[in-house]
Amino acid sequence: MQYAILCYHDEKVTSAWSKEHDDAVIAKLGVVREKLARQGKLGAVARLLPTTAATTLRKDREPPLVIDGPFAETKEQLLGFYIVDCAGLDEVIGIAKELGEVNPGGAYEIRPVATFDPGKVAS
Amino acid sequence: MSDVGWISPILTAARPHAVAALLRNFRDLDLAEEVFQEACLRALKTWPRNGPPRDAAAWLIMVGRNVAIDTVRRRSRLQLLPPEELISDLTDTEAAVADRIDEADYRDDILRLLFICCHPELPATQQIALALRIVSGLSVPQIARGFLVSEAAMEQRITRAKSRIATANVPFEAPGAAERFERIAAVAAMIYLVFNEGYTTSVAEHGARAALCEEAIRLSRLLLRLFPTEPEIMGLAALLMLQHARAGARFDSQGGVVLLEDQDRTLWDRRLIAEGLALIDKAVRHGRPGPYQVQAAIAALHARASRAEDTDWSEIDLLYGTLERMQPSPIVSLNHAIAVAKVRGAGDALAMIEPLAGKLGGYFYFHGARGAFLLQLGRTEEARAAFGRAIALANTAAEAAHIRGQLDRLARGAAL
Repeated sequence: MQYAILCYHDEKVTSAWSKEHDDAVIAKLGVVREKLARQGKLGAVARLLPTTAATTLRKDREPPLVIDGPFAETKEQLLGFYIVDCAGLDEVIGIAKELGEVNPGGAYEIRPVATFDPGKVAS
Repeated sequence: MSDVGWISPILTAARPHAVAALLRNFRDLDLAEEVFQEACLRALKTWPRNGPPRDAAAWLIMVGRNVAIDTVRRRSRLQLLPPEELISDLTDTEAAVADRIDEADYRDDILRLLFICCHPELPATQQIALALRIVSGLSVPQIARGFLVSEAAMEQRITRAKSRIATANVPFEAPGAAERFERIAAVAAMIYLVFNEGYTTSVAEHGARAALCEEAIRLSRLLLRLFPTEPEIMGLAALLMLQHARAGARFDSQGGVVLLEDQDRTLWDRRLIAEGLALIDKAVRHGRPGPYQVQAAIAALHARASRAEDTDWSEIDLLYGTLERMQPSPIVSLNHAIAVAKVRGAGDALAMIEPLAGKLGGYFYFHGARGAFLLQLGRTEEARAAFGRAIALANTAAEAAHIRGQLDRLARGAAL
């Protein structure tokens, strides 16, 4: 079963991280990722740019409305995601805990994937 | 990470918001800062035990207010302090405060805090120092390192700036639309100053000062979060990111300056470039161009070229023409001439900058560029003289060394 681990955090806090802190967190996450990759459990991974770079298309009207900024003005924003392949919820919660240990703060939303097309865009 | 290491980014993130709200409450910058510090100390004591509150800024504002009220009471000796438990346990009240203060208030609070630092009576260096101290919360030693001055001198500079503001009339009413726009423009200019203060031409200074560039980028993101639809703020943020993305390639291993066209572009920070390009892309859609957007668009053309020879100089030439019309300045014209030299040749470029000699005669970069144009035109004697002037006017050893390199090449060429 494939799951998406959606990473939410307060962007004001993550953007207050020093470069050293950021690099250290990414390095520690890298270790966990490598392990998952070796086990053949890791799919696509993305880190998103800050929501100040976001644009939202409101398509509930005609013509659609293009708005600067993220869709939801919440305290915590979607900052990235992992796709993992696991036997079940217990295992993916375990993985999320491991990731959370080296990157505390914020929340991970675990969502089972209905369909996943890896696409053909070069990374 | 140390035990309380996770707290510090949370406090930094909450700072502008919290200090700004406390300033509105008490209308006293010193008091607002002091009680914020105290609230931070209490956070360091209670958060490791109880975990962080749901809304850190609201918690800090609440505690800060209580501390301020205590302070005022203590001063007037009217009442005893309330027990610590009452101040620390805020789970219910904090949520209520968070609900009461709405986003628009926050926005004008933070804008006011930033705007206070741009007071027109303050010289630029004091504006920057004040913003770094009050808004960013950098320590005096950190700021002193960024400015390459002693801590005592920086302490004095900040104290002086604060006392000037204390006697100035700080506007506390909510600004009207036109006034808000003026404040945004003043704050944007101040953030750009912070960036330029950190953007140095010497590698020895680079490490210490890069922190100022990073802080300026953080402030630009903060301003953009407050005003997410302002294309000039997008332009400002993009400009800073695209320029700072090159930081790792600007000096060679000997500390010499590496010019843009000679830089190893694989050393450029791709993530900052991606963010900068995304922002300028968004800004352009608004169809309201301004100087920051145009400068960012120029920086974007450099960032998009994977090799120096792929640079779209004719587009840069056009953009500089636009910038000259928007914001006429001899420096802009000089930069325009560099692009003109690439597109239409050194002769046109030289003709463009000759009239600037009166205004830029004391400027290192003017003589350096003039020397380069003359050299391209084969007027070596005049080029030599121009380079000589440039060296005499160089501000740093690295600048002088760069021109000396040109002279050496010239000498070798002449010997052949």
